[in-house]
Amino acid sequence: MFTAGIVGRRLAHNRVTQTRRSISRSIPRLSEAIFNHRDTPYNNPKIPFEFSAENLKRAKEIISRYPPQYKKAAVIPLLDLGQRQNKGWTSISVMNYVAKVLEMPPMRVYEVATFYTMFNREPIGEHFVQVCTTTPCMLRGSTEILNTVCEHLGNIKPGETTKDGKFTVIEVECQGACSNAPMFAVGDDFYEDLTPESTKKVLDAFSEGQKPKPGPQSGRHTSENSAGLTALTEKPYGPGQHCTEEFR
Amino acid sequence: MLSIKCLPVSAQRLAKVASSSGLASSAGRRNFSSTHIRQADITLTVDGKEVTVPQGSALIQACEAAGATIPRFCYHDRLAIAGNCRMCLVEVEKSPKPVASCAMPAMPGSKVFTNTPLVHEAREGVMEFLLANHPLDCPICDQGGECDLQDQSMRYGSDRTRFHEITGKRAVEDKDLGPLVKTVMTRCIQCTRCVRFANEVAGVEELGTTGRGNDLQIGMYVEKTMDSELSGNVIDLCPVGALTSKPYAFHARPWELKNTESVDVMDAVGSNIRVDSRGIQVMRIQPRTNDDVNEEWINDKTRFAYDGLKFQRLTTPLMKQGDRFVPASWEDSLKAIADGLSSSGAKGNEIKAVAGHLADTESLVALKDLVNRLGSDNLALDQVNGDKLPVHGVDVRSNYLFNSKIPGVEEADAILLIGTNPRHEAAVLNSRIRKSWLHTGLEVGLVGERADTTYGYDYIGPDMKSLANFVAGKGAFVDKFKAAKKPMIIVGSGVNEHPDGAAVFNSLSKYVEANKAKLLTPDWNGLNILQRVASRPAAYDIGFVPSKKASATKPKFIYLLNADELDPKSIPKDAFVVYQGHHGDLGAQLADVCLPAAAYTEKGTTWVNTEGRTQLGRAAVPPPGASREDWKIIRALSEIVGTPLPYDDVLSLRDRMWEISPSLVRYDVTERTSAEIASLGLKTAAVLSGSTKISGAPFVKAIANFYQTDPISRASVTMAQCTRAFTRGENYGLSESQKASEAAFA
Ligand code: SF4
Ligand code: FES
Ligand code: FES
Repeated sequence: MFTAGIVGRRLAHNRVTQTRRSISRSIPRLSEAIFNHRDTPYNNPKIPFEFSAENLKRAKEIISRYPPQYKKAAVIPLLDLGQRQNKGWTSISVMNYVAKVLEMPPMRVYEVATFYTMFNREPIGEHFVQVCTTTPCMLRGSTEILNTVCEHLGNIKPGETTKDGKFTVIEVECQGACSNAPMFAVGDDFYEDLTPESTKKVLDAFSEGQKPKPGPQSGRHTSENSAGLTALTEKPYGPGQHCTEEFR
Repeated sequence: MLSIKCLPVSAQRLAKVASSSGLASSAGRRNFSSTHIRQADITLTVDGKEVTVPQGSALIQACEAAGATIPRFCYHDRLAIAGNCRMCLVEVEKSPKPVASCAMPAMPGSKVFTNTPLVHEAREGVMEFLLANHPLDCPICDQGGECDLQDQSMRYGSDRTRFHEITGKRAVEDKDLGPLVKTVMTRCIQCTRCVRFANEVAGVEELGTTGRGNDLQIGMYVEKTMDSELSGNVIDLCPVGALTSKPYAFHARPWELKNTESVDVMDAVGSNIRVDSRGIQVMRIQPRTNDDVNEEWINDKTRFAYDGLKFQRLTTPLMKQGDRFVPASWEDSLKAIADGLSSSGAKGNEIKAVAGHLADTESLVALKDLVNRLGSDNLALDQVNGDKLPVHGVDVRSNYLFNSKIPGVEEADAILLIGTNPRHEAAVLNSRIRKSWLHTGLEVGLVGERADTTYGYDYIGPDMKSLANFVAGKGAFVDKFKAAKKPMIIVGSGVNEHPDGAAVFNSLSKYVEANKAKLLTPDWNGLNILQRVASRPAAYDIGFVPSKKASATKPKFIYLLNADELDPKSIPKDAFVVYQGHHGDLGAQLADVCLPAAAYTEKGTTWVNTEGRTQLGRAAVPPPGASREDWKIIRALSEIVGTPLPYDDVLSLRDRMWEISPSLVRYDVTERTSAEIASLGLKTAAVLSGSTKISGAPFVKAIANFYQTDPISRASVTMAQCTRAFTRGENYGLSESQKASEAAFA
């Protein structure tokens, strides 16, 4: 050890940089979501969860759609039901309860719940704003929409919840409303044809406790041509118009 | 990869089982049952070679039959097919893309190529993807040298990388699976072999995959240990270094190890093992494939108790002086025994020998011969009631063996367990019951203490009375058992030690006689005794049991051969006690003279398993210090006490064994007792255990703590950790909540 020390010091004299070199490693790429459960005061198996009477009725109806030996096929709808009852997120207790109802090992339920991104395994705000940023929406300016949403809600980042717990914003992939891009969904409703202005208006309405009208915010009807119709412009004829007299 | 072959049973069965089963909720986890269908053979061409395989085999099996090696990660012949690694791609004529041969059934007449440029390229591509997210930390990985990924990337992979992701490599958090399995989850290639093993074979349905795509990871989602007595097998299954052995971590490299093929003695299954040693140390123990015994699995005690071979060893003869032991030479200690024998005045049956759990057949024979030559018949076994003649008698082999043989478990369609928890008494055998329960319509009934068996069962009752009811034809399980074509009764070895043991054998022998048509046919003997102690079947074989007269005699000289379970109070104060064994456990404390002997990894000896299969264990390392092979010690002692035994080497000793029973030296085979003799045996058992009253005491589990059952496992640090983590459930640095997980269901 003694000689090694001397050698080390000498080297340090000559080439400071070399002795300072630390162990190198590549950058780890971490995943966005955590696929492990950690007990927290708000999410642990001791918190009781059970379907309400009404949901239990629904659950029974859902289970009855499947052959009894394939009861576990109902896991996704039941988790969804649980998530809705549990303020929009699927806690460990929800998963355990669903496992119990469907008589399957809890791990099989965890597998499903972690596989599908629409099961939120962390609490979310009252209004769950899911901004689509997939290519068609992006081409139509979804980046601006996302930024507007984030700024308007008090400079939060995607994935975060506002301080008052009213809004959670996340980026999502295509919601199937590309023809009305850009869009976001709040809860179960789509708000389409957004501009920064209409975005703010929608959000403001929500924060005031109202529910803005879902659908295109540009005023156009569904996904009709926004520049006015170019074909099929005349009034559609009614039934029997071109028929002979006796068939009218 | 959401669910793995876990189809539940029909509703009707579900309802039936739920009403009476011990594991009601697990009933829904069974697969649809089907009987085995014998398939026609089909012929196809692999690399221009014609092969014939049974219809329904996977293409990979056909390729193998044709002698073509197919690289693979996820495919394993004893697990369900997952088809998620894509390493096994081959080219099939008229197929536009390479196909995964493990997930593709072999088709008649198809032409398969395993060695074309397309295949090479496909393998290289798959390899590249697998390595893209692999840390490539082979120098610090315990799997190095025996890693499928390493080997196959050398053989099939590209010689350079194109991985230049600036975002870096996937990193996955390690999981804590308990004191046995070490995880480095970043190395995992998601083959899901471990998940399939845990769910199908081990019956721990808590291991699974969470997340999706690139973020898919293996784990339990919640923090808990992998509580299974077969968990060590995932170490062998994992093709990479994601799951490795914790006790063995950073201890040795595979190429430094000497492999010795041997037999396990931690239970009476006689699992085939490979002892890996370096110098004089056993470094690890691994399973060897034997389809008739342990398939490819061994239990955790077999695998991890080896560190007990290092501690608490007797390395030199010891003599008691006052209240302490002093080391002595072999000569002095043997003389002291001879003196003790004469000064104790023991004559005839006052000389008693007790054979313990880990006594090998050779030394049992030698000891019996010696004691007999000294004029005694007082041969006891180290168990409760061990100094009485066993209730089943030992004259007919089928009275104390597992007559249906271990693979027979898979043929049975109804199993009645009596006073046994096979999960702890024969863990590997238990996995066969689970396999059968999962895939066929097997019905299981249990008389005895309730246990978590990894399969559902009908609970019949706790004691002899419930068995009597069953025999009398009362109860729900009776009909299922009657309906079975190949019914099977498994009686635990603990029953022999129970006050009602005699009654059990009495009523069972009558029951079997009455139901001879099914339980005792020329090719099926359904009455099985499941031994749990490695030395017991051999001891019964050679008749290491006392005569009635001898068992009533109060001994003055006691020879303990590996006997460490006995009750100290059963030894008279003034008796002279000799202990021969390898560990300073209970027996040694009681002794006046201790003789250090070799443990099972240090001697080449014969072991007879619960089916009566004779197998040869081999010495991997030399015995430590001055210790010697057991039978040699007894031979030396016989010289000194003046009745030399007539064998000087192990071969002549085995000739003597052949004289006693030829089956003791017919290695690796089991012999069936013919139905006539077996039925004769049952009659003697019925007579032996004639008019016995029923005490009605419940049967209790023979093994309270699976991890510590003999001197070796009691000396093992690893087993002590397992006892803490699994048996006592002390949380192993995990969050408290799991214990209360049931609360969430409320
Ligand atoms: S841990 Fe090993 S056995 Fe399990 S999925 Fe990963 S690579 Fe396969
Ligand atoms: S891309 Fe946004 S909805 Fe399809
Ligand atoms: S071995 Fe065929 S896909 Fe893995």
